This record gives sequence, structure tokens and C-alpha cells, in this order.
Amino acid sequence: MELVEVKKLQVELDAFANRDVYLHLETTNGSYATHFNEGFFNAGAFIRNVVINYELGKVVGESPHRVGLKLPHGWVYAQGITHYELDEQGRLLLAGHDGTGKLAVALQISETPFSY
Amino acid sequence: MTIPKERHVLVVFPHPDDEAFGVSGTIATHIKQGTPVTYACLTLGEMGRNLGNPPFATRESLPQIRKKELLASAEAMGLTDLRMMGLRDKTVEFEDDEKMVGMMTDLITELNPSLVITFYPDLSVHPDHEATARAVVRAVRRMKDRPKLHCVAFANNTLEVLGDPDIVYDITAVRDQKMDAMKAHISQTAWMLEEMEHKLAQGDAETENWLTKERFYNYRWNQDFEESF
Repeated sequence: MELVEVKKLQVELDAFANRDVYLHLETTNGSYATHFNEGFFNAGAFIRNVVINYELGKVVGESPHRVGLKLPHGWVYAQGITHYELDEQGRLLLAGHDGTGKLAVALQISETPFSY
Repeated sequence: MTIPKERHVLVVFPHPDDEAFGVSGTIATHIKQGTPVTYACLTLGEMGRNLGNPPFATRESLPQIRKKELLASAEAMGLTDLRMMGLRDKTVEFEDDEKMVGMMTDLITELNPSLVITFYPDLSVHPDHEATARAVVRAVRRMKDRPKLHCVAFANNTLEVLGDPDIVYDITAVRDQKMDAMKAHISQTAWMLEEMEHKLAQGDAETENWLTKERFYNYRWNQDFEESF
């Protein structure tokens, strides 16, 4: 993965627009957050292999970036994106890593389904 | 406490590396004593958060890395019967409960273990751990000839609920194997091992104790976590 350069990532986002793509979106504090800090309110969300078709994808802000996808009837967005890669299977993988290297958020787009 | 010879030991945990922390010394000892051991690992830890900054893996490449680490850990323990059960990390509690019991029943029926090791229900912190524990307990509960059931508990309230562990094994003789099993899962343990080695160098008794002792609770059927299922 490499650090997000807004212009380069924007080109990749544009390439997936206006066609059916598989989405992976997750955000998490990790399952141990409440174990280590009992007052911690642990929330997260996970979506994998839902098909979407976005008309506009945009990366904005200084790092950590925000990435939003405008759908005909709605929105998808992720906050905290720091890294990305177009992997060897042509999938666009965006991730937000905190200072200790833990994944805090992931947004991934692919023409083919992600593995189970 | 010396580790008794068993007919067959079945270990069931949901994540690669669950075996390394709590039970790899016990597994290595059973294998040394000639007891066959099977480790059924339910997922490949696909949702692990330690990906590094800069990242050494992506959400998509992590499972293959962790699969290799799991194989290396098995090798470190001398374990030859490793079963990867194909579930996905952080989804175990959402699987059909009866399907989960069936998976455990099939393993126990096939292997006929005299001892099953898993987590203790309600005292094992991670939702996947809890779901695994529930499925194993339910499967064993239904059996006429129940194998022994030893459970790992590490929730913050464990002492309050269960008191001291009733089984404490000295695993000093296989300390290096335990260390190697933990090192095998380096993508997940690097940070922790670094801190541990620092503590060991300072002669920290608690850390040393952790590397030389492994603790289990006999499952308390008279305080079953649910009445029936």
C-alpha cells in the first residue's frame, strides 16, 4: 500500500464509476477495546460484497482523507483513509491505519466479488 | 501439575494465534508424550487489525499471511493434524447455532478425544471466542460419554466468577516451543513480543510465569452457562 496522493487516487476512483462494483466497507475499534478499557463504547460496521454503482467518487481533505461515493439514491463514505493500492487483481483497496499500524477503516471496490 | 496422558486431544479456537498464547505449551507437551492432538481453527483471522504503518498487508492479503503463520505455529508445536474450518473472522456468532454444534459434534465423533480444550463461555472476551465456546459446550453436553472439557478464561471478571484455575500445568520444558509458536504469528504478535522480551530482560516474574505455566478451568456442568439448547 502507499500513502494517498489525492490526484492519483482520484483517477482510480473515476475508473470504477458508473458500473456495478462489489463493495467492502468496515470500521472497527477491535473486539478487545472494551476488555482493555471498560468504559469504552465499542462500535463498528462491516459490509462485504454488496453491489453498488456510483456516479461520482471523490477523495477530499488532507490525510487522513475522506472518500465519498454518490449513488443514484444514496451515499457511501469513509473517513480516515491514509493508504491505498490497486492490487494485482485490479481491486481498489483503501485503508486507514492509525499510528500503531492498526486498521481503523477500510473501503474496497472490485469488479469481481471479494473472497468469502 | 504434570500433564496426564490422553487418548486424543481436540483443541478448538476461532483464530490463528489463539492456540499460541494460552495452550501451545500444553499442546507441545501432549505431542511429546505421544498423545495425538488435533487443532480445529475456525477462521483465518481475516479481520486482524495489525496491518502495520506503513502497512505490510492489505485486508485481502492478510488471510494468506495468517494461514502461513498458522502452519508455522503447528510446526513449532509438532502438531500434524491442523483443521482449517473455513469460517470468517468476527462472524462466528452470526452463524446458525445448530450448524456450529454440528461442526463440533462431527469433530468429536470423528476423533473420539478424551479431552477437549476451548474457551470458557461468558469469560473469553471476543465474540468469536464466546460463540466457539458455546458451540463446543453444547456439543459435549449432548454426548452420552462426555470427554473432559478444559476451558481458557481471561475476561477481567474471571477470578470473581470462577476463582483460581483448577488446572495449572508447568510447561517449562517446552518454553522454547511456546515462544516459537508465538513468534510464528509474527504479523499479530511482533509488538507484544517486543514488550515481553523487554519485561523478561528486567526479570519480570509475571511474564516469566506466563511462559512457564498454562491455566485451565474444568467446565462446571453444575453451573452450566445455559439450561439447555
